[in-house]
Amino acid sequence: MANVTNELGNTSTTGLKKVRRLPPEFSILLVLLGIAVVFEILGWYFVGESFLANKQRLSIIVLQVAVTGIIAVGVTQVIITGGVDLSSGSMVGFIAMVAASFAQTSLNARAVFLQPEYAAFGLNWFIDSSPLWPIMVGLLLGLLLGWLNGFLIAKTGIPPFIATLGMMVSVRGLSKWYTLGQPVALLNERFTWFGQSFEVAGFPVPRTVIVFFLVAIICHVALAYTRYGKFTYAIGANPQAARVSGIDIGKHLIKVYAVAGLLSGLAGVMLAARAQSGQPNMGVSFELDAIAAAVIGGTSLAGGVGRITGTVIGTIILGVVTSGFTFLKVGAYYQEIVKGIIIVAAVIIDVHRQKKKSRA
Amino acid sequence: MTEPNTISPQTMKAVRSSGAVPGSDYLLEVADVRKEFPGVVALDNVELRLKRGTVHALMGENGAGKSTLMKILAGIYTPDSGTFKLRGQHIRLKNPLDALENGIAMIHQELNLMAPMTVAENIWIGREPMNRFGIINHAEMNRMTEALFKRLDIDIDPEVTTGTLSVANRQMVEIAKAVSYNSDVLIMDEPTSALTDKEVTHLFTIIRALRAEGKGIIYITHKMNELFEIADELSVFRDGKYIATCNSADVTRDDIIRMMVGREITQMFPKETVPIGDVVLKVENLTLDGVFRDVSFEVRAGEILGLAGLVGSGRSNVAETIFGVTPASSGSISINGKVVHIASPSVAMKHGMAFLTEDRKETGCFLPLDIQDNTQMAVLQHRYVHMGFVQQGQLSKDATEMANRLRVRTPDMSEPIINLSGGNQQKVLICRWLLTNPKILILDEPTRGIDVGAKAEIHRLISQLAGQGVAVIMISSEMPEVLGMSDRILVLHEGRATGTLTREEADQVKIMELASH
Repeated sequence: MANVTNELGNTSTTGLKKVRRLPPEFSILLVLLGIAVVFEILGWYFVGESFLANKQRLSIIVLQVAVTGIIAVGVTQVIITGGVDLSSGSMVGFIAMVAASFAQTSLNARAVFLQPEYAAFGLNWFIDSSPLWPIMVGLLLGLLLGWLNGFLIAKTGIPPFIATLGMMVSVRGLSKWYTLGQPVALLNERFTWFGQSFEVAGFPVPRTVIVFFLVAIICHVALAYTRYGKFTYAIGANPQAARVSGIDIGKHLIKVYAVAGLLSGLAGVMLAARAQSGQPNMGVSFELDAIAAAVIGGTSLAGGVGRITGTVIGTIILGVVTSGFTFLKVGAYYQEIVKGIIIVAAVIIDVHRQKKKSRA
Repeated sequence: MTEPNTISPQTMKAVRSSGAVPGSDYLLEVADVRKEFPGVVALDNVELRLKRGTVHALMGENGAGKSTLMKILAGIYTPDSGTFKLRGQHIRLKNPLDALENGIAMIHQELNLMAPMTVAENIWIGREPMNRFGIINHAEMNRMTEALFKRLDIDIDPEVTTGTLSVANRQMVEIAKAVSYNSDVLIMDEPTSALTDKEVTHLFTIIRALRAEGKGIIYITHKMNELFEIADELSVFRDGKYIATCNSADVTRDDIIRMMVGREITQMFPKETVPIGDVVLKVENLTLDGVFRDVSFEVRAGEILGLAGLVGSGRSNVAETIFGVTPASSGSISINGKVVHIASPSVAMKHGMAFLTEDRKETGCFLPLDIQDNTQMAVLQHRYVHMGFVQQGQLSKDATEMANRLRVRTPDMSEPIINLSGGNQQKVLICRWLLTNPKILILDEPTRGIDVGAKAEIHRLISQLAGQGVAVIMISSEMPEVLGMSDRILVLHEGRATGTLTREEADQVKIMELASH
């Protein structure tokens, strides 16, 4: 501490200016490149072909991570406030079910909406109707469940871990209850269009990926340039100081969790469109992949630190690792083992970074 | 640094357990102890000698260095330099456990017991009697506790959960725990601050018993009457310096106060006389249950009201309540003649208030964030935001201008605030509140831990703000600051306002009299 003071004293600048420095994501980007290069080399060595020079593969990497990426963007904001959201995977599953049920066609002999007996009440006007219905219903449901998370945390003072754990278990139950465990398939093509790819210069670009990047850009702007973002960082950095600075912590937390819920809803809708169906077990453990992506991307579980750009890179790292192992024909079991190690390693680096910072 | 004849704590421990106690009149002697914290000299070559079988009181204003010295004695801090003799032998303590094993035990002001555990478990933690399988023998542990309590005449069930005990009883457990280490030196930091008269009497009985056993007790207190009742000797500290040691029988209360506060006011406080305007803030019978009661005062535009009192007198709590951090239980707050209900800091800010809190780390800085964010966080609540977007261009310009005006020493506004010295962090926090253009400015210890130059700058700034018609409430433990800056001084004692002094009639002795009793 004393050294730093001296250093600052020596520079003795009273005129303040902006100094450009490398963004904190730079090191994570290097990690991503490093991993890609390792797979490239191993690819030539073991498989005899390039890992990266393959349009199909690159497209699959981003496609695989787009859904978890969307919820990772939401959970990043929650983690920046010093909280956590475990319920996103279950929400994705439930909302995929609900969205799918609103996107059914008359081809499906057995219209599923809530439990079958409700169909008798004429609640099947949505069959063959606009794809906006499943999207709107999915987003609203996500917003509502996320709001409920925030409300529980803000008003009862229970830890976010517990509130969202409860939500995770209950909502998973809901997604099974909704159709008594039946999948919903044969969906409206105007709805599944959102899950398809289109070609740009021979490159298959999934629309899900476009949605993911749009969400990432919007949330990055929100975190970096709006009052919403500033308050999010403030609450995570020091809740007591935030309160004294006039920030209504409860109100703001509800907003952040509602945004995370909304993004889980969006992810659920996109997943249903891509899979052209809704299944009660969709999205299992997505919440953990999302948290892992955020943490790998430099978001600190202690709160107050994290950026969407880092999370996007973290998400892609997870995608590259999964795809790379498949490419090298490494068994699924090994993949999981290594994925776990990567997550832990990322947090060790994070803890180390924190320590170095506080020593400074 | 290490003298050749310094022996290791391990050796000392071995010698002690062999029973061969080296002869020395003094249990503990320290001299030339120096301790610096970044930007502050906490202790400047102080000394202290503790005789066997005495109660030795440490006196001094807040910030005089008593607590720092105690933490050095208890092995919590390591001094930068100085000699340290325990029972006549040089020793160097490396950590609190070292101190404990060498017979120095500290009873902390904020109690350190683990609430969910039983009394016996708390006392013997880490030293539990165990059978050969490593299983704790609770029956034996409770017996040991009972024996200990009997010796000290304490009546507490060893098996009761510590959290359910009253503060006084927890204090007793702490003392018993310290004694259980067979400590020769017991350090008590304001042990009576939370006790009733009857409990104090009991505590004194215990202290006298320990003294009769030949133990040395270092006793920190602000209460004069206690001092004369229990202490044999006393040492006075001021501004990190050692002033004197005397027999308590040889001095009077006035002598001690003079020694404690008797510094020359060498610093010039740039207090300007400014026209005092209308009453801006009026507080009537403000009460926060269990903390303070019936506090009433008013502050006018351009006026600086000093809030004086000892730590724990409720000064900071009054400020927190006015600002809505802990809304009042009863009483009223009026601003510009209108009664307002301040339910949260955001409401207080809407009424033009700003509040610089006492604890920079706990309630001030956003440590992971940069200077820019730290400066702008409060003002964002009401200004510089358009359609949700922060108008960063204008805000950065204004924040930088403010930081330059207060001479925040940093190369860059995007520097993390954690890299700044305490004084500069404080200036950033003052910037934060000045950006909100407050009409009522509450400053809790605005210059704590700040070097002299920065202090004068902050004082000048406070004066300027008052000149611009801001009503200022300033809490400070530093007498010269309170006397130098305030137009009027309100003194609190144990949650009650004990008097108001005008600038003309106030002096250090009068304030100390109102602040103690």
